[in-house]
Formats: sequence, C-alpha cells, structure tokens
Amino acid sequence: MKRLYKVRVLIKRRASILDPQGKAVEIGAKHLGLTNIQNTRIDKLIEFDVNVNDKSTAENEVNLYCKNLLSNPIMEDYQYTLEEVK
Amino acid sequence: MKSVKFGIVVFPGSNCDHDAYYALNKILGFEVNFLWHKDKNLKESNVIILPGGFSYGDYLRTGAIARFSPIMNSVIEFANKGGIVIGICNGFQILLEAGLLPGVLLKNISPIFVCKDVYLTIENNNSNFTRGIMDKTVLKIPIAHGEGNYFVNDDTLNELKYNNQIVFKYCSEKGQVSENNNPNGSVENIAGIVNKNGNVLGMMPHPERSCDPLLNKTDGQLIFHAIVNNIFN
Repeated sequence: MKRLYKVRVLIKRRASILDPQGKAVEIGAKHLGLTNIQNTRIDKLIEFDVNVNDKSTAENEVNLYCKNLLSNPIMEDYQYTLEEVK
Repeated sequence: MKSVKFGIVVFPGSNCDHDAYYALNKILGFEVNFLWHKDKNLKESNVIILPGGFSYGDYLRTGAIARFSPIMNSVIEFANKGGIVIGICNGFQILLEAGLLPGVLLKNISPIFVCKDVYLTIENNNSNFTRGIMDKTVLKIPIAHGEGNYFVNDDTLNELKYNNQIVFKYCSEKGQVSENNNPNGSVENIAGIVNKNGNVLGMMPHPERSCDPLLNKTDGQLIFHAIVNNIFN
C-alpha cells in the first residue's frame, strides 16, 4: 500500500553569496523605522507531497528533485523534513 | 540567402525570439527557423540560438525549468557534437542551468533591472564568435536584465582564464575594464564566455538588438558575421 509523505524543503543561498533582494527589503525595514534589523536574507521554502511505498523511496525522490531541479548546487544548499500523513 | 541555417528556440516566455529572427533574417539575410520548445527536431540548423526573455516566468531560478524542455535534449546533443550554440541573456541562463557552461547568474548587485547600451572588450579574439573582428574593437551592445551578475568560484574562474574561455568583458567606451563599468556585479566584469571546446557561447548583452542600421548601432552584426565566416566559409 502506498504512503503519503508531506515534504518541506528549505533552499538557502550560501552565506558567501550576496542577496541583493534581502538588502533591498532591509531598506524598506529602515523606512518602517525598524533600525535594528540586519542581515536580511530571502530563501525559498517549497512544500510538496510524495506518494510512494516506503520512506527510503520518498527520500530518494526528494533528493533527486532537490539536487536536479529545486536547488542549484553552485550557489545553494537544501535541507528538508519529511512526515508521513496518517 | 546564405546557406547557413539559424534555429531560434521558442520557450514559453521567450521575448527576444522575434528580435533575433528580424536581425538574422531581415537584416542579415540568413535562413532562420523557429524551433518550438516541445519539439525535438532542430530542422537541420547549423547554429542554435537560445533567445532572451523570461522562460517559464523565471520561476524557481532563471532558466531552471526551460533546460528540461524536450528540445534541450537535442540542443545538448548538438552542442556535445560540436554544434554552434549561442545563449543570449535568458538563453545564457538556460545554458548554465543545462550544464553546457560553468557558473551561475545571480541577481544584479543593485536592485535595478538594467536596460541600456554597454561597451564590451573582446578578451578572446581567437574564438569562433570573435575571430576576424579587428583587434581592440570595443563593441556597443545593449543589455536588459535583472539577473546578469555572473558568478563562479575561484577554481572555475582560473580554469576559464587558463582555457581562454572569457570572451567579452564590460568596459568603458574606450575599452577600459573597471568596476565603474560593471553594470551588474559580474565577477571580473565578465559579460560572455564559451565552453572549453569553443562551440557554445553564453552572453548577457543582446547582439540581435544591435544589428539594424536604423538603430544607429550595428556591432552585433560583427559577432554573427564572425560565426559565419569562421565556421561556415
């Protein structure tokens, strides 16, 4: 019987790579009067379901998806959580 | 009509496909075919152009989804056999995602979509795309992008230099390469590179928008003529 897993992937640009989007948003923070905000970085949270027979197959698919499409290994790292839907 | 056939790939969201067609066919007189991204047939093209635009809405990362279009398998096979491929702007981004060229294009260092004419020095005047262009020529060609900040790690950068793969750099009108003339934060002002074999070119500037004499800039013609002269004549 197939099992359904809910997956959340967090894709983060490496710390060594500048994030102009985060910097631009931080200008907005200053205009809002939030002068204590610093080091804003915008990353990606991606959610999806995997419908497979077991957890190891699910993890295998998630890793393939992350490595080959969702992230670019030259500039990003990813981590994920995987939870079976009861 | 000259015998070289250009094929321009049309992805959903391409918007410089017709500019390239106009420049290559109407201005320069070459035979040109559009190649739909869902097809696999390159229609016997000798040169493949991946045009500028916003393929798949730039979702996820620029070029990340377009590289999986069915036509890209044919383009990659064509490139691996030595076929001439040029990626312009979004086309460059697609070539990087497809692994045909090294590196990535990040968001511009300033939060600005830069749309203006820039000047380019020819760093490698022995490439298939530049050989024959007079030494020390400074090209005037427009850019239009929000994500053109070319980035590679130090090892890859050294490899690019060692193999003479850096073809174009942003510079001043007089050809001086400096941070003041860097429109997007690209490492060492890099505007265009080739693969190791020298048959795949990726560049952020738009040579197709610099071909029509009516626009009072025609330096893009030098690049297209160089390709035809160097490879097919």
